[in-house]
Amino acid sequence: MFMASPDHPRILSYPEAIREAMEQEMLRDPSVFLMGQGVDDPKRILGTTRGLLEKFGPERVFDTPLSEDGMAGFAVGAAIAGLRPIHIHIRMDFLLLAVNQIVNMAAKMRYMYGGTVSVPIVVRGLIGKSWGQGPQHSQGLYPLFMHIPGLKVVAPATPHDAKGCLIQSIRDDDPVIYVEHRHLYYQKGPVPAEPYGVPFGKARVLREGSDVTIVGVSQMAIESLRAARLLEDTGVRAEVIDPVSLLPLDISTIESSVRKTGRLIVVDNSWIPCGAGAEIVARLAEGRNGSPFEVRRMGFAFTTCPTAPSIEDLFYPDARKIAAEAHSLVRPGQRRWVPKMDVPREEVEFKGPF
Amino acid sequence: MSRPRPIAMVPPRRSLACRLYRSFYRIRRVEEEVARIYPTDAIKSPVHLSIGQEAVSVGVCEALRPTDVVFGSYRGHAMYLAKGGDLKAMMAELYGKATGCARGKGGSMHLIDTGAGVMGTSAVVATTIPLAAGYAFFLKARGSNAMVASFFGDGAVDEGAYHETMNFAALKKLPVLFVCENNSFAIHSHHLTRRHSDNLCERARSYGMPARQVGNPDTREIRRVSAALVGRIRKGEGPAFLECLTCRWKEHVGPGEDHHLGYRDEADVRSWMERDDLPRLRALLPSGRAREIELDAEEEIAAAIRFAEESPFPLAGDLWTDVYGVS
Repeated sequence: MFMASPDHPRILSYPEAIREAMEQEMLRDPSVFLMGQGVDDPKRILGTTRGLLEKFGPERVFDTPLSEDGMAGFAVGAAIAGLRPIHIHIRMDFLLLAVNQIVNMAAKMRYMYGGTVSVPIVVRGLIGKSWGQGPQHSQGLYPLFMHIPGLKVVAPATPHDAKGCLIQSIRDDDPVIYVEHRHLYYQKGPVPAEPYGVPFGKARVLREGSDVTIVGVSQMAIESLRAARLLEDTGVRAEVIDPVSLLPLDISTIESSVRKTGRLIVVDNSWIPCGAGAEIVARLAEGRNGSPFEVRRMGFAFTTCPTAPSIEDLFYPDARKIAAEAHSLVRPGQRRWVPKMDVPREEVEFKGPF
Repeated sequence: MSRPRPIAMVPPRRSLACRLYRSFYRIRRVEEEVARIYPTDAIKSPVHLSIGQEAVSVGVCEALRPTDVVFGSYRGHAMYLAKGGDLKAMMAELYGKATGCARGKGGSMHLIDTGAGVMGTSAVVATTIPLAAGYAFFLKARGSNAMVASFFGDGAVDEGAYHETMNFAALKKLPVLFVCENNSFAIHSHHLTRRHSDNLCERARSYGMPARQVGNPDTREIRRVSAALVGRIRKGEGPAFLECLTCRWKEHVGPGEDHHLGYRDEADVRSWMERDDLPRLRALLPSGRAREIELDAEEEIAAAIRFAEESPFPLAGDLWTDVYGVS
């Protein structure tokens, strides 16, 4: 049997890490249960619920009608009674149908009932991308939830953080929006076998550099990491930060980095206006007391997401675009540089240290 | 959080008639006092009075056990009190005081008393209906014999969450009594401007649950029908639906009447007032006993108002408490 060690870490994929987090928490705590459209179907939410129905039974792993509003409220009711529901939405777009319960009830109940109830729910939402996912299978709606007091929002980018953040979310006594991205499902990386939590409100420096700070949200953290690799050819040294947790947001890690580099690029996995990037830049500006830093915001084109690849490619930021933007920010006098080739995905997976 | 518990003003062993009259009288008088005080601006939140609709809460809650829980709407004073919610904490909440049941952060529309099984009222129509199903799921999973009653108005029946919950509760055979207080109006919109037919029971049955209608403000009849449905629910036969036709005597929100608006027939409202169940319930008791109940209630209500008046407002730091838990 293969034993993981510091030299030979145990490698899991992002969905395997999610599955393991749920399995371990369901074993530890009988109040945890899974619900959502398709959690027990043959595809098992891209494998993230595989084996859980067989292990824990239909009382704790069950399909739901296409009733997102009602089922979100059902989860809230179960949560205030003492259970810990994980409500899974195979597309984050469908989460909009549950926003009434999440915003009007789950987020507010502790406060509006004077601290007499807790709403420990986890809402998993998967962002889709490419293969013609198009207008309603591609939205990164996490900024909507960052606006709401009472909610927590996490968007882990690595398998390590996918497991740790999900365990942390399940154990948390407040409603947590857990943001996943379909393209992160390709990520592989070291994941400890034992259960562990990744604390909220702590950003992760994925790569150190001195010329420019790139903050990428969710899958854009990985694109930013790849951009940093591309920038090596030009001598530009980029520091890449994954916020991991968006609400609460660890601004001080980003601030320390920008104090060093003087330059910031924020890359949202969503539209730019009122996005996570906007919040990060505003918070930094407030804290800088006039000390200048240069900034660029990147994110989805401010259009609906199209299906045709020729224009869908233009819609999304990617490693090459981020690298080009960083280069122009660091070397404003030079001719605009765009990397010719992208780097293979597996070459830039973040392997730690965590 | 520790809160003063209600003082038992009436001896615990009471006849059904005593209990019904006491509950009804107390609710009516609390709300009349709220209406009296409201113009002074001492009450710090909009009030949606249950006056005229008390029979529903009193009758249904009499069929429930203390271990059962209820969820309700912004017109929730009657349900809160009928289920045993703390009167002082409710009055203080209306006054926006730190001693209120929601520490002055919820007001009249967000009453809660978890100790009494009042799991919350809500201002967004139909939002507590699915919560009732979720809570019932917990009770069923735990093998509890307790159940949930979900109170809502006929406006809530227009919401998708109502239908989604009815469907799922029936599918999973959850122990929920759905109680529709049908006063015919969503604010000022008559139900037949919002629905094709006046057929709520028929629609409930189509989801797979028994449904009964009580057409009069008859507290004892509501209790009898509720008890029959509750008996089925406790046997594990799944949810049931109860529609109680009723009438809101006062305006949608606020302490006054609203006949000047002309959206409903004043004669119809008068006919409901003439059928008020309060004097009928009183007539069931020896007058001395009724008087005793009334005096006890008046004393308790006066004490609750004093408690609310004398309690402090939340402090500045309280703005920031209970946004998140301490985990």
